[in-house]
Formats: sequence, structure tokens, C-alpha cells
Amino acid sequence: MVGKSEPINGTAKSQPPPSPLSPKSPDLLSGYFSFKSLKLKTKQQELLIRVSILCLVYVLAFVTRLFSVLRYESMIHEFDPYFNYRTTLFLTEKGFYEFWNWFDSESWYPLGRIIGGTLYPGLMVTAALLYWGLRFLRFAVHIREVCVLTAPFFASNTTILAYFFGKEIWDTGAGLVAAALIAICPGYISRSVAGSYDNEGVAIFALLLTFYLFVKAVNTGSLSWGLASAFGYFYMVSAWGGYVFIINLIPLYVLVLLITGRYSMRLYVAYNCMYILGMLLAMQIRFVGFQHVQSGEHMAAMGVFFLMQVFYLLDWLKHLLSDTKLFQAFLRMTVTSAVGVGAVALGVGTASGYISPWTGRFYSLLDPTYAKDHIPIIASVSEHQPTAWSSFMFDFQILLFLFPAGLYFCFKRLSDATIFIVMYGLTSMYFAGVMVRLILVATPAVCLISAIAVSATIKNLTLLLRAKTKAPQSASGKGGSSGKAASKGSLDQSQPFQKNGAIALLFGAFYLLSKYVTHCTWVTSEAYSSPSIVLAARGAHGNRVIFDDYREAYFWLRQNTPPDAKVMSWWDYGYQITAMGNRTVIVDNNTWNNTHIATVGRAMSSYEDEAYEIMRSLDVDYVLVVFGGVTGYSSDDINKFLWMVRIGGGVFPVIKEPDYLVNGEYRVDKGAAPKMLNCLMYKLSYYRFGELTTEYGRPPGYDRARGVEIGNKDIKLEYLEEAFTTSNWIVRIYKVKPPNNRW
Amino acid sequence: MAIPLRLRAAVSISIFALLLILPSCSAQDIQVVNAERRIDLTSHIIKVFLTLKVENTGASPASEILLAFPPTQVDHLAVVKAQVATGKRKKKTYTPLDVNPKELPDAPNGTKYLSISLLNPLAAGEAVTLEVLCILTHSLEPFPVEISQSESQLVYYHDSALILSPYHIKQQITFIKTPTTKVESFTVVDPTHRAGTELKYGPYNDRPPHSYSPVIVHLENNSPFAVVEELVREVEISHWGSLQITEQYKLAHAGARHKGVFSRVEYQSRPGHSGVSSFRHLLARLPPRVHSVYYRDEIGNISSSRLRLGALKSELEIEPRYPLFGGWKATFVIGYGLPLEDFLFESPDGKRYLNFSYGCPLVETVVDKLTIKVVLPEGSKEPSAVVPFPVNQYLEKKYSYLDVVGRTVVVLEKNNVVPEHNIPFQVYYHFNPIFMLAEPLMLTSVFFLLFVTCVAYLHIDLSLRK
Repeated sequence: MVGKSEPINGTAKSQPPPSPLSPKSPDLLSGYFSFKSLKLKTKQQELLIRVSILCLVYVLAFVTRLFSVLRYESMIHEFDPYFNYRTTLFLTEKGFYEFWNWFDSESWYPLGRIIGGTLYPGLMVTAALLYWGLRFLRFAVHIREVCVLTAPFFASNTTILAYFFGKEIWDTGAGLVAAALIAICPGYISRSVAGSYDNEGVAIFALLLTFYLFVKAVNTGSLSWGLASAFGYFYMVSAWGGYVFIINLIPLYVLVLLITGRYSMRLYVAYNCMYILGMLLAMQIRFVGFQHVQSGEHMAAMGVFFLMQVFYLLDWLKHLLSDTKLFQAFLRMTVTSAVGVGAVALGVGTASGYISPWTGRFYSLLDPTYAKDHIPIIASVSEHQPTAWSSFMFDFQILLFLFPAGLYFCFKRLSDATIFIVMYGLTSMYFAGVMVRLILVATPAVCLISAIAVSATIKNLTLLLRAKTKAPQSASGKGGSSGKAASKGSLDQSQPFQKNGAIALLFGAFYLLSKYVTHCTWVTSEAYSSPSIVLAARGAHGNRVIFDDYREAYFWLRQNTPPDAKVMSWWDYGYQITAMGNRTVIVDNNTWNNTHIATVGRAMSSYEDEAYEIMRSLDVDYVLVVFGGVTGYSSDDINKFLWMVRIGGGVFPVIKEPDYLVNGEYRVDKGAAPKMLNCLMYKLSYYRFGELTTEYGRPPGYDRARGVEIGNKDIKLEYLEEAFTTSNWIVRIYKVKPPNNRW
Repeated sequence: MAIPLRLRAAVSISIFALLLILPSCSAQDIQVVNAERRIDLTSHIIKVFLTLKVENTGASPASEILLAFPPTQVDHLAVVKAQVATGKRKKKTYTPLDVNPKELPDAPNGTKYLSISLLNPLAAGEAVTLEVLCILTHSLEPFPVEISQSESQLVYYHDSALILSPYHIKQQITFIKTPTTKVESFTVVDPTHRAGTELKYGPYNDRPPHSYSPVIVHLENNSPFAVVEELVREVEISHWGSLQITEQYKLAHAGARHKGVFSRVEYQSRPGHSGVSSFRHLLARLPPRVHSVYYRDEIGNISSSRLRLGALKSELEIEPRYPLFGGWKATFVIGYGLPLEDFLFESPDGKRYLNFSYGCPLVETVVDKLTIKVVLPEGSKEPSAVVPFPVNQYLEKKYSYLDVVGRTVVVLEKNNVVPEHNIPFQVYYHFNPIFMLAEPLMLTSVFFLLFVTCVAYLHIDLSLRK
């Protein structure tokens, strides 16, 4: 691979010495400077250009992610990042040991949650280290600023990594293009804008780092690169559950290399080093523990590891045995027995329960319909839905067309590295099709492969142009250029319009790439920079209206409720309530206990008196619901309500989904099902809403989110009372009344 | 309810009647010829204007006049200012006088005294007119203690119909101004008269020293009971031309606690009737030429604020995230920058001094505990603070951006601060301007080193390839 790329690099570098510049510069420089050492040599020029492009891309990747700070403020976005922020805060305040042993009694009341053992600490530790480092250098930053800017910072680092990766699999040109493409690719930006302080922010960096180091290790066969990739893997394991992708892709890649007869000592060294060390290191993460040897998801890697040993053994025996026939027989025997032993071990392990079966989440990746039928809690999350074509187009734009072109170039020049990137691209594209959020994993591969397409095409086109321009100048000029250019040049003579064609194609490529830039910028600023805590809308006069109801409610909880109050809400808001409201919640976004969530779902979908019993048993003091009927905010609890019914009904059969539907239709108006009109969620959402006129010319109690007049305007609450409603009614908090005095 | 009130009043009267018999120690040769007291109950900060015409009936000149307060009032006394008027009607000029607490050995019933030092001792037979302003905080006691959203807030005000004084008062009268005409009840000490928003006790003639006659007024007061429980103001001086102020507030509604339901629909649709004692807006008066103002709390920016810049003052209208009902709290931070030349001056002896206003910029608020931290630039020496009223002072160290030795922080603490404390104080310190260059030099050297390493790396790189 390295050997192959050298001559191309050589030609690329031999082209640039610009003939008009070189005679000028010595005079100019010698006129001003007495020493000649400052004169830039070709290599230095190339290096300077490369470094400045990389610096610009680095800065670009960072600043394009700051739209959210400019449009809104420096704040943490969405749901999960609030948990990460809260834990990071804890880590910086209390230190690592406290963090590692943290039992959080503020969530999952009354069960609690062992935070240290149930999270991936990579992100928090990274942010804390950045924070401590900056503090040490006397930068008086707040931990929030560090958290907000962690994702953009790592995105910038990813661009550098993409450059090195591109250089490794193709050449420096492809590396530079890859860095530029990934810097602004919306698929990646969606999870790494400033404020989206989530595991994925650092995990994509770690993922690419592991892959790059592994490919480097395979290419060089060096133990040190293998070791480095093991550490990269360790970082990835510590940061994100997506490490399972690595631990399955790499064995798959090794298997493909074995099958295609590309087995080599380099591969043996790289894989064994990476797997053994990576596994041992990964076991240090409490949340992962012994899964590498005990879980079905990790067994492929182990199987391939043993297969490698068998291969090595066979290779060795081949040297010893001169008789090929004997070897063939032996080969057949060993391979069958090895596969047989492996299968039996796996079977016994699974049957005895030592090896855990695949988890539902993993299953749903292989079978997209699995979650819908079996695990409503996974299916209810919007980012777990199968991807629509439009979102591919939205997130990749021209990369979607460049990707197959890049694959073509990769297949044309197959090497260990290109096989890797092809496999990474194809598998991740499949996963991206299964789940929306996995577009993120596919993005680096798509960018790299597209970069190969762009770089190779443009290089070919410019070579064409150069060969043409040189040809009339000097007939002997061809002799200096490389064989490829020469062949193109000879082609040119037969096709006179090719120069114009090349120019047109270059302009076309330039046009497409500039379109990509504008598209990415537009998507970033319009779609991916909203914190979703603060909602912005355009007012009647074109002015910007801010709905800050979430924080209003959370801050009210924080300031005006007893410090030990327990808040019941749907699990979506759990992390935000604990982080911003600083109050105990019953369930949160770490959906580890389905029954507990189902209990809340059951309470929400029961009648008030039944719900009161459930709430009393859970010690609930406040109930929080999100309601968009006044503002027309559509992702509120009424629209999520069917999932509550489904999840509740999955555990408690008393809750039946058809009770809430009318002829299979979900309605909240007069035609709604009677159970729907009287369940707790309906009552809490629409309590006293019937008195309010939301829109001019509409009857009171007109729900703007669903566009209907509500069916039950006379709601009386017996066991709860309204405690707080935000100014736009988006969040409503109710207090659970104490039981009546018996005397 | 009226009966227990009367009863309490009767008991207190009898106690004070006993006190009268006790021999009084204070100089009996001073008597108050005429006393007029006006008590303003329109907000939760109570202002008492007292006009005393004092006459020296003794033989020796008197240099101080005593004011007496019952012990319950002394704790809530935020400010006592006294001034004397000189000159006739039109050419009247007022001279402020020093007021200091004074301990008397046998004060009846724990009465506390403040002494007003006169400019010139009052000669025998002479008279002088003193004007005293007392400001009381936390003296309106909500009753009922808890109210619902639709009720308005009623409070008790306890005082005495007779002015407590160590001197014999010949004639006195007390006016109490209530915010509305709605007064539930008031103790009657004849002659008592009520008209509109004014309640008149007196005139009473010839009352002996330490006369006391407790009265309770039960009135409606819906003014915002905005109390900042704790305020930390940090003033950071940068000699590069700006003053950065960060103010951390812990605000509470100190009125009658909110009980039961908070209904948004009623709050929105009937603003005049629902939640009348609650408040939504606060006004902060900031100095002119203020810039980069922010208003946020622990969980982010609060998007409801308005800034009006003016030549004499800037006004920042802030709205907490939610309306504050009784007992509700809100914490927030206001920060702003100010041009340095407006506040930092050089004194003749070469020292620099900061001249900044004490007190809380929010109008009509009481601050229970105010801490001002003046962060001096790195390298400043010999800090000293000059504050026109007693405060608790000490020094701290703070590390900010790129600090090596840390900045000296002068901390000034005071309890029970009212808007009348918004008067300038000074912090003096020595500063050598050379220290200003430390941080830029540090940064430039870091960048210089970085570039030098790059250059060196490139050259070494070149030589290695050859």
C-alpha cells in the first residue's frame, strides 16, 4: 500500500513547482533578506499549503458548530447531554473516586441508580480533564463552557484524523478532501454542534482513531501501532456503547482478508495485539465488564481470534510439511475440527447461560422490525426509527452520489486499507438505514470514500489539463511527467475535445462541492442548531419569539419545591428534571427498568383514582406533563401518549390500547374514547384549558397542536392540584394532595 | 380578633406604666417641645420621618440628643439619618449629623438608644429642630400568614402611638400612611382619627419619658415584598479600561406565603384580581454607559429583560422566570461592564481609588446580606476601603484569567441594606502599571515560542530528509 502510493505522491509533488514563480522568488527574497534559507523549497511549499489547509479546516469545523451558540446561547442541548453535564459537574466537584462510586438516589426513585457502574465515563472524564487543564493554565472557564465546546473541539480533531486516515488509505489529497468534507458534513454536525454534549461527540473521534490506528497497524505490521489502536479502542469503549460496531467490524474485516487470501503476518500482529489488549483494557470499564468474554455480541471477535491462531498454525505446518496432499488433508481436518469446537463451545456457553444472548437493541439492528414488535421502549424513540431517504439526502447531499464513485475507485485499487474502508462504508450504510441515529457512524466512512472519489477525479482531470498545456510548450515535456499522465496525454491526441471536457467537469465538480458547502451551512444553521429546550418561533411581525417554558418550569421546581420532592413525568424529561430542576424523578432517559417506566405509563393512562394509588405507592409529590395545545408545540405528552399506553400495557395487561382509540384512530376531541377523555394524562394536559381561547375565531379549548376543540372541557381534579403552569402552558406541574384525614 | 389585640395592648400599657415609675437616668433637663412623626407604610420598606423640636431646659449645655427604640425595632432598623435645619424659612439649609448607637446602663425594658451628636452644644434654654429619618425593614408581618392566589395580602404593623423617648414630650402627633384605604383594624388610642389612607394618632400632650402605648394596624399592602436574601456583588477592576460587575442574587418574596393552587388561566385572564401581591418585574438602576449586560441563572440565560440606556442612568428591567408569589424564590445573576474612567481615579498621593456605589441596584428591595467584593488587579498593594457606614471587612485572594500570584479581593459585608445605602464608597490601592503588561507578554511569549518551534521543526525536518 505504502509502496504503491509513493509514486503517485511523487508525481503530485513533482507537478507543483510553478515555473513562473520560481525564477521570481529568489530575486525577490534575496533583495529583502540576506540569507537564502528562507526560500521555500517545493516540499516546504507543499507542506505549508497542506498545514494551512488543515488549520483552516480545523477552525472551520469548530466555528460551523457555533451556530447554536450564536442563535441561542451557550447551553446544553436536548435530553441525554443534561445527564452527561450533571455527571461531569459531579466529577469536577467531587473527584473521580466519588464519581466512580456514585449511587444516585435522585433518579429512578425508589430504586436509585448506580451511576458509576452504568455509564460510559469517557466523555465526562475527557471534559473534566479539559476543564482541569484549562484551570491549571489559569483560564477561569466554567465547566458548562467546557462541556458545550467539547463536541466541536472533538469534531475539529476528527477532521485531522480524517486527513491522516485518508492519507493512509489513498493519498494526501484524498486526506485533505476528507478532512474538508467531514468538517461540515451535516450527518456529523447533527450530533456535534456546540452544546450537544453527548457520548457521540467524542465517540466518533475515538471510532475513527481506532480504525485509523488499526489500518496503520495492518499496513505496517508494527506492534506499536497495534498497541495504539488498542488504546484507541479503550477510549472508544469508555465513551460510547457503539464500540460494539468496532468489535464486530474488525473481526469481519479480518475474516474477509483471510477468505480473500490476504492473510499476512502484519494482520496477525495487528489483530492479536489490538484484540487482546483492547479486550483487557475494555474490561476496566465497569459498565462493560466481562462482556467481551461473556456476551454474544462480542463472540465474533473471539472466534476470529482463535481462527487466526489456527491459520498461523497451518501456515507454520505448511512450512514444515513438504507434502501438499498431506497438508490438504490436515487442513481440512483442522479447519473442520476448529469450527466444530468453536460452534460447540458457543452452543454450550449460550445454553449454560455463561454467554448472554444478543440484546434487543443489537437484535433490532439486524432485524429492523424486531423492536416494533417486541420492545416498544426502543421503538418509541424517534432517533431509533428506520431512516427515510430524505434524511440521507439531507445529511449527505452530494456525498450520497460520490460514495458509489468512491467505492469504484477503491475496488479499482484494492489493498488492505481500501478493503477496510469499503467494508466500513458498506456495513455502516446498512446500519444507517436501520436507525436514524446511526447515520452518524456512517458519516466518516461516507466522507472518506467520497473524498477518494473527489480527489481521484480532480487529480485525473488536472493531470489531463496539465499534460495538454505542457504538450504545445515543449515536446520533450512529456518525458518528465509520470507514466499515467503520459498515457492520458497520448489519449488526448486522439480525443481533441477532452481538454474542454475536463475543464467542464472540473467546473462541475467545483459547482457540486460549493453546493455541498452551502447546503451544509444551511442545514447546520437551520436544522441542527436548536437546543430543543428553548423553542424559537417567528411572531406576527417577523420578530423572534422565544418559548423558554421548560427552563421556567424546571427552575420553579428547583426553587420552590421541597428539596426531597419526587417528580413523576414521562421518562423523556427525567434527565432534564434532575439536572435543571435538581429534584428526584421516578424514571429517566436511562431506560434500564422497563417495569418502572411501565408503571408510570400505567399511572398516566389510568383514571385519576387508580393513578393516585400508584402515585402514592411511588411517593410522588409532583406530576409534570408537557402540553403543546396553546403554542402548537407538537412533541408534547398527548402526542406521546400512545407510547405510554403501549409500554404500560406491555407490562400491565389492564391497560389496553384499543380503549384509547376510536376505530383505530387517536382523537382528543368530542369523538374520543371515554377512557381517553378521563385518563390522568388527558386531565392533566387539559385541566382548565377549556376556559382559554387560544386562537382568534376559534371556540375556547381549541388545541392548536392537534387542531381540534377538546372533548372534555369540564375537568375536575380530585387528588391533584395545579401547582404551576408555565407562561405558554408548555409545562404543567401538579401537586399530589396528601390523603384525606381519616377523622 | 379585635379582643386579643386590645388585651395585648392593655397588658403592654400596664408594663410601660410600671416603667414610668422607675427613675430615669437620662438627662432630664432636655425636653421635646414638639414631635411629629410620619410613618410611611406604602411599601415593605418602612420610612419614619421624625421631626423633633428639642429644648434644653437644664443649666449645662447638651451636646447630644438620644433617640430611643424598642428592642424589637432595633434589629430591623436599617438606616437612621439625622439632620438639623439652620436658617429661616427660605434660606433653610440642612446639615447631616452623626448618629451612633449608645449603651445606657439601666435602659428600661431593653430599650436601645442612638445618640445624635449636635454640631454645637445646645446651650441652656435654647431649642433646635432635628429631622430624623429611620428606615425599618421586615416590620410588616403578614396576617394571614398564607393566602391563596385570589386574596390580597394583609399585614400587621406594630408600633407605639406615643413616641418612645428618654425625654419628656410636650406635644406629639403621629401620622401613619397606608398604601390603600383598606385597613382591617387598628388600635384606638384616643384621639385617633382615620381619613383616607391616613391614620392619625394624637395630638398627645405632656407625656413623661419612656411612655409607650402599643398599637397594631392591620392593613392591606400589595406592594412587592422583594427581599434579596443574599447578594454578592463582585467588582473586577481591569486597568485595560473596564470594570466588570457580577451580581448574584437570591431573591425571595417575603410577604404572605402562597397557598394551594397556582392557576395560570386566572393569572393570565384576570391580572387585576389574581395574584395581586405577586410581582413579575424588577427594575435595576445601573450606572450610565453600561455595556455587555447579561441576566442569567444556573441553568442558562433568562430571555425576559429589557435595557434602557440613558445619559444619567441605565435601567434594566428584569423579569424572573416565573412570577414570584409569597414564599417563592428565584436566584439569578446580573453582570455588566462599565468604562473604567467613570469609576477609577488617582488620588493626590499617587494611590488609585475606585469610587463605586454601595447597595443593591434593584429599586425598592431590601438586602438581608450584601457582600461586595472588589477584585483589584494583579500586583496591587496596600488596599484600604473607605465606607461611610460600618461594614465587616476582610481580604481574599482570587485567581482569574492567566493569574500567577492571584488578585487581592477586598470584601465588604453588611446586613440589612436598603436603597438609602446606595452611596459611594472608595477602595484605595497602589498599582504599578508595569503589571498590566504581564499577561500580554506571557501570551506573546507563548505564541512566539510556538512559532519558533514550528520554524525549528520545519528546518530540522528539512535537514533530516536530505
